[in-house]
Amino acid sequence: MDKKLATYICTGCGIGDALDIEQLSKVAQKECKAALVKTHPCLCGQEGVAMLKGDIQNEGVNCLMIAACSPRVMYDVFRFDGCLVDRVNLREQVAWSQKPGDEDTQMMAEDYLRISAAKIGKMDPPEPYKPEEEISKDILIVGGGVAGLTAAKEVSKAGYKAVLVEREKELGGFQRKVAKIATFPYKGIKDNDVESLVQDVSKDGNITVYTGAKIEKTVGGPGVFKVSIAQSGAVKEHKVGAIVMAAGWKPYDPAQLDPKLGYGQSPNVITNVQFEEMVKNGGAKRPSDGGALANVAFLQCAGQRDPEKLPYCSSVCCTTSLKQAIFIKETSPEANVFIVFKEMRTPGQAEDLYRRAQEEGVIFIRCQDPQVKASGAGVTVEALDDLLGETVVLEDLDLVVLATGMVPVTAFGEDYAQVRARMRAGETEQKKEEEELEVPQDAILVSDILNLEYRQGPELPGLRYGFPDSHFICFPYETRRTGIYAAGCVRRPMGVAAAFEDGAGAAMKAIQCVEMVSQGKAVHPRAGDMSFPEFFMQRCTQCKRCTEECPFGAINEDEKGNPLPQPTRCRRCGVCMGACPERIISFKNYSVGMIGEMIKSIEVPEEDEEKPRIVVLACENDAYPALDMAGLRRMSYNAWVRVIPMRCLGSMNLIFIADALSKGIDGVLLLGCKYGDDYQCHFVKGSELANIRLSKVKETLDRLVLESDRVRFETVAISDYDKLPKILDDFAETLEGVGPNPYKGF
Amino acid sequence: MANTVTQSIMVVGGGMSGMSAAVEAAEAGYEVFLVEKNPYLGGRVAQLHQYFPKLCPPYCGLEINFRRIKDNPRVKVFTMAEVAAIRGVEGDFDVTVKISPRYVNEKCTGCGKCAEACTLEIPNPFNYGMDMVKAAYLPHDMAFPMRYVLDPSLVKSAEAQKVKEACPYDAIDLEMAEKTVDLKVGSIVWATGWKPYDMTKLENYGKGAYANVISNVQMERLAAWNGPTQGKILRPSDGQPPKTVAFVQCAGSRDQNHLPFCSGICCLASLKQATYVREQIPDATIYFFYIDVRATDRLEDFINRVKADDKLIFFKGKVAKITEDGATKNLICRVENTMTEELHEIPVDLVVLATGMQPNTSEAPLPTPVPYDEYGFVASMDAMPGIYAAGTTRTPCNVAESVADGTAAALKAIQSVVRR
Repeated sequence: MDKKLATYICTGCGIGDALDIEQLSKVAQKECKAALVKTHPCLCGQEGVAMLKGDIQNEGVNCLMIAACSPRVMYDVFRFDGCLVDRVNLREQVAWSQKPGDEDTQMMAEDYLRISAAKIGKMDPPEPYKPEEEISKDILIVGGGVAGLTAAKEVSKAGYKAVLVEREKELGGFQRKVAKIATFPYKGIKDNDVESLVQDVSKDGNITVYTGAKIEKTVGGPGVFKVSIAQSGAVKEHKVGAIVMAAGWKPYDPAQLDPKLGYGQSPNVITNVQFEEMVKNGGAKRPSDGGALANVAFLQCAGQRDPEKLPYCSSVCCTTSLKQAIFIKETSPEANVFIVFKEMRTPGQAEDLYRRAQEEGVIFIRCQDPQVKASGAGVTVEALDDLLGETVVLEDLDLVVLATGMVPVTAFGEDYAQVRARMRAGETEQKKEEEELEVPQDAILVSDILNLEYRQGPELPGLRYGFPDSHFICFPYETRRTGIYAAGCVRRPMGVAAAFEDGAGAAMKAIQCVEMVSQGKAVHPRAGDMSFPEFFMQRCTQCKRCTEECPFGAINEDEKGNPLPQPTRCRRCGVCMGACPERIISFKNYSVGMIGEMIKSIEVPEEDEEKPRIVVLACENDAYPALDMAGLRRMSYNAWVRVIPMRCLGSMNLIFIADALSKGIDGVLLLGCKYGDDYQCHFVKGSELANIRLSKVKETLDRLVLESDRVRFETVAISDYDKLPKILDDFAETLEGVGPNPYKGF
Repeated sequence: MANTVTQSIMVVGGGMSGMSAAVEAAEAGYEVFLVEKNPYLGGRVAQLHQYFPKLCPPYCGLEINFRRIKDNPRVKVFTMAEVAAIRGVEGDFDVTVKISPRYVNEKCTGCGKCAEACTLEIPNPFNYGMDMVKAAYLPHDMAFPMRYVLDPSLVKSAEAQKVKEACPYDAIDLEMAEKTVDLKVGSIVWATGWKPYDMTKLENYGKGAYANVISNVQMERLAAWNGPTQGKILRPSDGQPPKTVAFVQCAGSRDQNHLPFCSGICCLASLKQATYVREQIPDATIYFFYIDVRATDRLEDFINRVKADDKLIFFKGKVAKITEDGATKNLICRVENTMTEELHEIPVDLVVLATGMQPNTSEAPLPTPVPYDEYGFVASMDAMPGIYAAGTTRTPCNVAESVADGTAAALKAIQSVVRR
């Protein structure tokens, strides 16, 4: 693109009062080489915008440096199709946070113009990625339970085609075993009608159903997935655009339960799952001899909420036991039914079902540690009743039902790290050495569900307890593999009511994904981004850092270790760009070279001027808005800082630090998101990776003979704007103690 | 629907579920009108200090969602707007939207000159009236849209002209009047959310008259730096940090006389708030009075984490009555320990009532008939053809569930307008 740059300086909102605009215009003209430099008292007003439009039309301006407010505001006003626009944040991060009329404030503003000019110089308009092969908008649904069936049905109703793969011979999932359900409005129990859902799906011409089938392999990425489905000896291939993973759960293995719960010691001690099967196969009876039920006890939290067994709560077992208890009361009203519970968990309207069970005469015993004593067919439960303070003995029980929990199917299988270790054992010593940088690997179990041909492992990465989610409260359907959305009980334990909505929600995300990908756009969290990373392969050294560090498994590799990027799997965070020691990965509008030039454009005063310079590399989703809000609150902070926003701190390449320090900049501050178990990074591990890389920065500093205090990493949340001024000031103070960077003037 | 006359979708309510519904549908390629009653988007979550269980700030996810809206011209946002009428059928609804005057037009840059010029103050709605704010105000630090609001009391006052003249950008329009906009849409997502159950109805807990008895939503503001106390947890009566804090669970919830259902989130919310107290007041004694701790799913881990605090007392028992010492404004919680059957009178400095979620539809139903349950929740997501209920309009739910629900509702709304 032949660039014609114009700089527009707004003097409104206090900018004109804080800065020498004439001087600033000179910098734009002489140093930034802007063909046009204009100022306006209210650039975002009708007149101001008309001026910009006029210059685009009449003067051929196609690069606009808009030195005004934060890019986070007036975003619609300053959008000009076909032009490169860079917003210089003179308002929130200069005029509102620095001393007006001060020399340092002026220098800061001037530097921001230089940084912007460097950025625009290195920036090209992104061209959307279009794969060579045709994009499929069909959706693959893995699992034919309630969530999967619903997803398929909803996909079809929205006008898309679905391919549904179910491992069992029949559709319906776990609900096929269930006679009665408890759902809205939770006033009682209802007949299960999963069969009508199965019929809807089976009859739907938009849905191709495979039962008794499994996915042998999944290759490609969003828009261009190729799925091989094996069914009765034959393998069929489908092209799909996105995947809803609703493979469901398995009941917790009762053989693992504490023996004091009596499982296996009497035929009359069964699990809640076995209870459902029994009812479906002829009604509730005494298992040992098919006799009538006179005394029944339900024991909640069998193995659940137990750090040694299943540490979490399966959410639905209280409601399930209430349902089963009400069923017994409805069929044998004279039966004595007890529910022994730690805590009754019936959130929302399900509270009504709890009340209903009480009205039906179900007896509730609150007990933390019940014990089952079984001898032959005779079963007794001893429970220390919290309310009575004494042990209640439930004798002559015909049936004890243990409320065991749900385990996601992704929690089974060998740890992929071990598989990899085995594979690697065959490799040469030299290759092992290359992977010296220890980066946290995804926890993937070889659970034989998707069989992804991804270099990073064949299944969705799991978090705690093997659930394949991303631990984002605000974005619950996100997994750490692009275009694959988890739904139903594989995502979190849930009842049928929630599974219906969940199937629909995940279907929505899948449809949205194929629509975005077909336009060459990124999905969450940089939804709509048209840029994508390009690899300059001639200089690749096969170090594998990009494939290792990509949080979304977007990069495969060939036998020689060359990266094979899969752009539709990419989230555009730039972690690969930050990881690459050869700096061969760039986006059209975001690159190592671009940020390097931005850093180098900062004017570094001579040592005797006593004006240190600090480069702040800030996460653009959290730290950067926090700085804006500090400005909004007119909080002032150190005037030596120069803030450069990063897509994610994980895109920080160590060369940036070398660039800064070798130019005489006194310190580099990295502002990233919290990492660890409750990470806040929207790219999962960007800030963590940045910090790990930083552990290697010592080499750079040693080479330059510089102090390690010159580089600091801080975690900052978006709401930490009250703390930011102190963080910046403290760092500046530290640097004063360290003294000026000896490279100044070189 | 083959005969849809428009492919536009309306989402009513700009909180977590409504906003999610809007952006999810827009990113799939549909035109969306997002109608919000407040002058800003974000709903109740914008007023939270942190989310459980990650203890992370809601602003973070809001920033992403706001950016999605900014980047997507398909979403048209109406703030200070309410739906007055819905006519028509699926695929062809005529909706009348009533927009209250903001008295500030789109020329506003957010510079704050109006607030500087204004001396009139009003109780701050964002902080549930716990402090005052200028009557020309930005609703909160990350308000979206970033635009000031003039309170009607200011417009009527003698100061109005002065404030108008203080604006360098001619953004204040004192003549602005309520207006209505008629929009044609094919489907509607209703996500008007919830309100905290009214404390003044809780006779045993002082009917809202005790200074140091606050609600859980107020506690969120007390803990937030942009709240009334700059994030310091202080007793409203004397501004002192409390030495003992009581969290009273099920304040009106699971109670046939108030809200018979369980709001599902209050246990976790209170225990999260206990971490706020602990962070600021290391030696405070904290009581958590509860019936059942309802922490489903992996939220169990959060409970276990909080239980490690040895000055946080899990006290099983429902507080029967709270009384106030008129002189000290200290409080006494009368509660029976259900495990020992002993009656306790526990003096505390600050009480936080875990009030539940009352669906806004219980008081402001849809302007067209749809089925409700006895509590005022819309009875199912498919409220009627073309109209879908999402989030806490349908059932009490936490943030992640609200998002999931809004996402599901977005697909249903799309199905109504798909041309086949």
